[in-house]
Amino acid sequence: MSAVEPGARRAVITGIGVMAPGGTDVKAFWQLLTAGRTATRDITLFDATGFRSRIAAECDFDPAAEGLSPQEIRRMDRAAQFAVVCARQAIRDSGLEPDPDRAGRTGVSIGSAVGCTMGLEQEYVVLSDGGRNWLVDSSYGVPHLYGYMVPSTLAVEVARDSGAEGPVSLTSTGCTSGLDAVGYAARLIEEGRTDVMIAGATDAPISPITVACFDAIKATSPNNADPAHASRPFDDTRDGFVLGEGAAVFVLEEREHAARRGAKVYAEVLGFAGRGNAYHMTGLKPDGREMAEAIRHAMRQAAIGPGDIDYINAHGSGTRQNDVHETAAFKAALGERAYQVPVSSIKSMVGHSLGAIGSIEIAASALAIEHDTVPPTANLHRRDPDCDLDYVPVEARAHRTDVVLTVGSGFGGFQTAMVLGAPGRDAC
Amino acid sequence: MLTTAGTAPERAVVTGLGIVAPNGLGSADYWAATLRGQSGIARLSRFDPSSYPTTLGGEIAGFTTRGTVPGRIVPQTDRWTHFGLYATELALTDAGVDPADLDEYEMAVVTASSSGGTEFGQREIQALWSHGPDHVGAYQSIAWFYAATTGQISIRHGMRGPCGVLAAEQAGGLDALAHARRLLGDGPRLVVSGGTDASLCPYGLVAQQAGGRLSPVTDPARAYLPFDRDATGYVPGEGGAIMIVEAHTTAAARGARIYGEVAGHAATFDPGPHSGRPPALRRAVELALRDAAIPAEAVDVVFADGAGVPELDRVEAEAIEAVFGPYGVPVTVPKTLTGRLYAGGGSLDAATALLCLRDGVIPPTAGVDRIAADYRLDLVTGAPRTAPVRTALVLARGYGGFNSALVLRAPGSTTD
Repeated sequence: MSAVEPGARRAVITGIGVMAPGGTDVKAFWQLLTAGRTATRDITLFDATGFRSRIAAECDFDPAAEGLSPQEIRRMDRAAQFAVVCARQAIRDSGLEPDPDRAGRTGVSIGSAVGCTMGLEQEYVVLSDGGRNWLVDSSYGVPHLYGYMVPSTLAVEVARDSGAEGPVSLTSTGCTSGLDAVGYAARLIEEGRTDVMIAGATDAPISPITVACFDAIKATSPNNADPAHASRPFDDTRDGFVLGEGAAVFVLEEREHAARRGAKVYAEVLGFAGRGNAYHMTGLKPDGREMAEAIRHAMRQAAIGPGDIDYINAHGSGTRQNDVHETAAFKAALGERAYQVPVSSIKSMVGHSLGAIGSIEIAASALAIEHDTVPPTANLHRRDPDCDLDYVPVEARAHRTDVVLTVGSGFGGFQTAMVLGAPGRDAC
Repeated sequence: MLTTAGTAPERAVVTGLGIVAPNGLGSADYWAATLRGQSGIARLSRFDPSSYPTTLGGEIAGFTTRGTVPGRIVPQTDRWTHFGLYATELALTDAGVDPADLDEYEMAVVTASSSGGTEFGQREIQALWSHGPDHVGAYQSIAWFYAATTGQISIRHGMRGPCGVLAAEQAGGLDALAHARRLLGDGPRLVVSGGTDASLCPYGLVAQQAGGRLSPVTDPARAYLPFDRDATGYVPGEGGAIMIVEAHTTAAARGARIYGEVAGHAATFDPGPHSGRPPALRRAVELALRDAAIPAEAVDVVFADGAGVPELDRVEAEAIEAVFGPYGVPVTVPKTLTGRLYAGGGSLDAATALLCLRDGVIPPTAGVDRIAADYRLDLVTGAPRTAPVRTALVLARGYGGFNSALVLRAPGSTTD
């Protein structure tokens, strides 16, 4: 395992679509990140009076302006709308033309932590007469209700919209879904099962039930007085994550397939590995042991060493336990290199959109490679003594970036690491 | 990415079955019930279904968490996870595996989920809307989401390898087994895989009703009749199957009993109804056979998806005939005794197929006796059929257009 086999199939990113708080396309998203602006604010999607955490990072999303038809808007949960809009952006960006002959060699892999919860909750309120009747009135069920109950609908909508007829699935591994869905897609391409995958993740969790469930375990920040500065990864005053929403979807393509049509390549997927901490559904041990193991395995797959990593896109959720856990994992996996490489968390700006964020962070990583610029960790002013790495506080940094490590950590104990590389990096 | 999958393919074998089905808990009881045609479909008993258009379901009527799920975990998890945890215990015992003896990173968990913790989620949404946000319990965040079962299995057994959760409605259970096989090429030696489901609560039933495919028939013996002239839809069920999938070399080295090999898989997706393009199930079958490197003639039995919805039955009958010829292969749908179990359904069919390979007995499609005339299928009906079965094809389709095909092969079939 010393070098990537010559001629091996490899997945590369040739198109990017992003729907993020503070920016409804790739350009606006990157501007937000490099300006170090935050998109966290008071919740407007519902009346959050009485909730512990009343702040979130919301998308200024207008489905009609994004090109969705009235029927699509009625049928699709907000998370599905995000995914379809991003898939269209990504396909347009990739320059892939619709081709029925390619449909069977095109698949879809979408990640989501909470699926169509927003639609499920809204319909429950109708069916139960505002929550008064547990034995819901069956005669009020709308036709697309079943589509809300099964999260696979998110993949169905993207597949139908993009004309994919290859393998289609939804990955739902909580907050690592966005990395896991793209990693899964890359494997299908490497195995030769497909040439093109529409892959990414989406979540629209800013609805009462999801906000309340994080309230109940005090995972989210209660800093309602100052929403713009509430997401403070690695800062000593951090007090929980700020819920976000959004999506990122990619065109993932077999490297030679992309080369033959002269496609622009943003990045190559070099390594991907997951581990479980088998410790606790929500708790993390401070030693970061299993995340470190995932990072080591991803580096082995990528045939790189710690010295090759130019930037770490951290999970950096801003909970007390996560940021310490993760810092320990970087040190365990990378040794001295952990102190030399810039590390940042874009959740400081766009919040934590659960399953979607892993893909949004892949987008940020690919753009960091493209622009040789590392996005900052906003709101980091007073560093936690236990978080003693270079977290790129407040301001973006020009930095030669060829190889990025991006990681995620989620409920269930899941730890995922992915290594992305600049196109053609191993050829020189 | 550099994985060992491409260079040193590791054959994936199933060494343990854990079955939680409406007509039997544990593979022995389930298999006996299936062969004698004992149904688990009855009027729903966990709530009063009289105001619902569908009143039937395949409930796990006798299930109790006492002695099957650790007491501390019970209130933290939904019924779907209870089934998953118990099925995992059964599968590990059946495989003769003690996870404490194995390397923590060489054990992985990949399950399918169709609708997550439906009943738990309904209860908490109800609490929120009737009493306010302070009344949502601390466990909603870990019980309802689709990854809960995989996470709990990983934690309970100290399995620290890759964790996965795939959702493709009824097709997800087969996709999970295929992913388990994939993971064996990249480090893990043992994968807990399969799926369960439990969505027979009021909100779950209304949502399934909205899907438009549930049978309105109230006679338990006549409600779910795939490929029959009287097909009117399907009956929903709960439960599923968890399997222990091991690297062949590891299983052989410890002298494990092998049910069969996961030899091939493919997944495809149907084009939209107005696209004018053909459905993709046939292509899934052909790709799965190619993945297993076998011709159609090598398949001895097909476990069909059997939607019970005439338009869907027709598509499946035509795909099977196109690949195997008219009446070309025995076809069966034993899930007429359990109802469709969603994420648990594909997994249970795969487990049933492995029992069929073990015993050389094809279970019948109970209840079906008048096959629609233009389906040229050799549907096994009435009584079990004894036959030399070495290779089984399992089909599953998920709501929205998912097709999944899995090839299972008896041990000793090829190069053992």
